Amino acid sequence: MIRKNFSKNIDWATVFIYLLLVLIGWISIYSSVHDETHQSVFDFGHRYGKQMVWIIAAFLLALVSISVDTRFFYVFSYLFYALSILLLIAVLFLGIEVNSSKSWFNLGFFQIQPSEFAKLSTSLVLARFLSTHGDKINNNRNLLKMGGLIFLPIILILLQPDVGSATVFLAFFLALFREGLSPKIILAMFMALGLFVLALLLDELILILIILAGGALAYWALSRSTKSLITALLIFGGILVSLWVANDLLSLQIKTEYLLLIAAGISALPFTAVSLLYRLKYIIPVLLITGGAILYTQSVDYIFDNVLQPHHQTRINTILGIESDPLGEGYNINQSKIAIGSGGLTGKGFLQGTQTRFNFVPEQSTDFIFCTIGEEWGFLGSSFIIILFVIFLLRILYLAERQRSVFSRVFGYSLLSVIFYHFAINIGMTIGIVPVVGLPLPFVSYGGSSLWSYTLILFIFLKMDAGRTTVMK
Amino acid sequence: MELYSERKYIIGAVIIITALVFLAKLFSLQIMDPSYKLSASSNALRHVTQYPSRGLIYDRNMELIVSNKPSYDIMVTPNQLSDFDTTEFCNILDISREYLEKKLAEAKDYSRFRSSAFLKQVSAETYAVLQEKLYKFPGFYVQPRTLRNYHRDIAAHVLGYVGEIDERSLNNDNEYSMGDYIGVTGIERSYEKELKGEKGVNVLMVDVHGQTKGPYQEGRYDVSPTVGSDLVTTIDANLQEYGEKLMENKTGSIVAIEPATGEILSMVSTPTYDPSLLVGRERSANYRKLDTDTLNPLFNRAIMANYPPGSAFKIMNGLVGLHENIVSPDNQLYCPGSYTVGSLTIRCRHHKSPVNIVEAIQYSCNTYFSDLYRKILDHPQYGSVTNGFNVWRDHVTSFGLGDRLNSDFPNEQRGDVPETSYFDRFYGENRWRSLQVVSLGVGQGELSATPLQMANMTAAIANRGYYYTPHIVKEIKNGDSISEDFTSKNHTTIDSTWFEYIIEGMEGVVNGPEGGTGRMAEMQSITICGKTGTVQNPHGENHSVFVAFAPKEDPRIAITVYVENAGYGATWAAPIASLMIEKYMTGEVNRHWLENHILNADFINQ
Ligand SMILES: [Zn+2]
Repeated sequence: MIRKNFSKNIDWATVFIYLLLVLIGWISIYSSVHDETHQSVFDFGHRYGKQMVWIIAAFLLALVSISVDTRFFYVFSYLFYALSILLLIAVLFLGIEVNSSKSWFNLGFFQIQPSEFAKLSTSLVLARFLSTHGDKINNNRNLLKMGGLIFLPIILILLQPDVGSATVFLAFFLALFREGLSPKIILAMFMALGLFVLALLLDELILILIILAGGALAYWALSRSTKSLITALLIFGGILVSLWVANDLLSLQIKTEYLLLIAAGISALPFTAVSLLYRLKYIIPVLLITGGAILYTQSVDYIFDNVLQPHHQTRINTILGIESDPLGEGYNINQSKIAIGSGGLTGKGFLQGTQTRFNFVPEQSTDFIFCTIGEEWGFLGSSFIIILFVIFLLRILYLAERQRSVFSRVFGYSLLSVIFYHFAINIGMTIGIVPVVGLPLPFVSYGGSSLWSYTLILFIFLKMDAGRTTVMK
Repeated sequence: MELYSERKYIIGAVIIITALVFLAKLFSLQIMDPSYKLSASSNALRHVTQYPSRGLIYDRNMELIVSNKPSYDIMVTPNQLSDFDTTEFCNILDISREYLEKKLAEAKDYSRFRSSAFLKQVSAETYAVLQEKLYKFPGFYVQPRTLRNYHRDIAAHVLGYVGEIDERSLNNDNEYSMGDYIGVTGIERSYEKELKGEKGVNVLMVDVHGQTKGPYQEGRYDVSPTVGSDLVTTIDANLQEYGEKLMENKTGSIVAIEPATGEILSMVSTPTYDPSLLVGRERSANYRKLDTDTLNPLFNRAIMANYPPGSAFKIMNGLVGLHENIVSPDNQLYCPGSYTVGSLTIRCRHHKSPVNIVEAIQYSCNTYFSDLYRKILDHPQYGSVTNGFNVWRDHVTSFGLGDRLNSDFPNEQRGDVPETSYFDRFYGENRWRSLQVVSLGVGQGELSATPLQMANMTAAIANRGYYYTPHIVKEIKNGDSISEDFTSKNHTTIDSTWFEYIIEGMEGVVNGPEGGTGRMAEMQSITICGKTGTVQNPHGENHSVFVAFAPKEDPRIAITVYVENAGYGATWAAPIASLMIEKYMTGEVNRHWLENHILNADFINQ
């Protein structure tokens, strides 16, 4: 009875797209490591053989996750979250080191990445949290709690260090946005990202000038008083000139950047006084935000030099065009673009790709699997994949919206956010428009850990969807 | 409806816009840009590495000593092979059929799709013949490279050599790939970063027959190689060559330093070898020969041999004695011909007696320096022998002895100035007295130093109290300036006033009216100050040592000569040092009788 009900309610369209993506992935992996001397599809010495095992295991996981009652995940969501945090801590000590980061547990026959499990548990815990506090999402306490839930795994994963996987958790803000998170917070995050890029690109002096000008402009936009702006600029200019003269006469040799900062700091005092005196409430926020922006950009260089690993620095530098390194990271992106470009409209055909197979493209069965598709199946094939992902994501969106409980809707949006983030970053890096951060293409790329975690999240959600009529708070 | 429900449209739009951006980019990559497509006939790309030329190496007078010569590797890509005339192919390359079969099997084993080296370092002539007929041999292509070209057969140890990168370095540094050359020893190794340059790549279109169809996309993805930086060394090529000539048939080392800069004027280690032996196809065979030679020609004695300094070390102990006010320059000591305490006897040679410190150096009096050394260690002002020993040791190490100088040579040895803990282990803590270590006073015992360290000590004395860290590279063309460690003074702990007495003694060694131990080094035109040494060698004839600098005022050269198994320092090392000084300061050598005396000496084949 239950089984029958179940197969009626499950969203077969999603399952069908899922199966299609997994199949395309396996074919591409087969093609990317194919060599005429190796024949058997189940050759465990080869990635397509192993991937076949991962796929079969993923199907079993899918069956298990749709037979578990949804309440189970609701009730134990905090426990799962705590468990995954413990695993993230444990992997720092017990994990094996691959490419100089400790992200994996070695379980003998296979290896497992606790950050993948953390994606599932964070999705659950956010869904659980919002199902009770959803109506007060922009309340400071709740913001702080959700921020903590998201940033705790990020920090632990950064310690491994695995910057790529850590950034995935930022995608949860998309789900929070759907639940009513203030667009100001999203805007602030984008501004922080923009300033990060500018801080690396621009000269310190120009950057400070831009931020100060931005502050002045914001003041003018809010106050609409050209007269007071000119007065403020005159005060600032006067202080700057006297500092300049003092610096020159006393030959203190203070850098121009610092003179600007000192002048800005000194002139902030009378502005604050005026603001308090005349009760102009927009001056202090403008001053605070301007000051914060300067502090932030000053610390970016420090973070960049001391926290990020050299290969991440190179990747960011290459994308921003600061560093030209055609035989290093840039070379990978170039090779990837050549491979995709050489596919033309219809591609070279199955097993006919030359660029992706012979190691011109690095990591061609994991992070750069899209190259193989682009080269062998051409524009038709690559746009098919993209359209397939769009249909898949929009379908999840549709399913999430039709949920009657906040818990399952947030969980659906978390699934959507994570898959969308991977899709955007992976294909973006393969075609050279975002930095190479080493994230797989969901369901398609080689690798058991990621396939299992997306399968789990997807089928847990499909189970929720199948039972959506039994209303649950 | 629900409050934020309309936001689903924003999220949907974000997804669709992202996809549209991707589709547009893919459309431009795959459809719009015809240059990304390969024509039907050229269905593969070949990435041909463009190897940069290594930086050139000059001597201090801008004479070119190392450059590059072209060389060609024949590469093979197994899956592009088709039937070809193997007999003709073997004839052109002058290889056997077995070699062909073996190498093809190896290449297939490595990878069927990636190219690997089939035959390395083919001559320009063979290359010219092959190039014309290459169309008959699909799957093969020629990879141009460069090899080192030595203009003079000198300074093999200083220059070092270049070899193929080994597995370990390959894993540690992803800038290199299999088959790349890397500096293994000498300057080639310590300045690898400056010399190597940056590799480039040419992306070529190749048709089904393995024929090149020209650059891919008019070379848009090509990267030109960047040549390495040229180096100007501190070596004087003529002096280096002369030193190697003098040291022929002798085992040992010469190191000459310009005291005012720390620049190494010449560094000889013999037996040596022709650097061009380690280039080209004979490289590994020659290397094996050199490596198994019992005289160890690959060993750079100048920086790697730890010799006891012998009596040359007395000048060091003299400086410590004066600085610590243990003796004054006027103090005289009676020498009965040996230093005897209890059962211990250190013999001395016959000389005028009594002697002050200047004369003690001139005659190399063992009695004086044994006595002085014990007085230093036992002086009540330090409280204990251990403290006295540490005071002495601090002075000695301030001359760069007992630890690596951190010159720009790889594999520099530390030498040895023992620490008190060594004697504590040996005799027990506070159980040893000055008598047990008295041989350090005459430069024997547990002391050892490399010729480079001894030359540096001599340079510090020539400078009256400071030295610049010895180095072998003066200038990096189009690159950074040399390390600041080489351009800043290292001060010793001895007051500059005390050097005059020691230098006066050293002048007496060479030019003394009677009984100087280094008279064979005397020159009429230049005042050489020196000190002889004889290192007791338990395995055979003693080693001959001489340290010297010249001229006495404003010294231009400080030098150390070690000749193994040659007997007294006075007889062999002193004249060699003197000839080197003459050669460097006057540009030629006029004392032909002395020169022939040295050239005819043979301590290896006798
Ligand atoms: Zn004596």
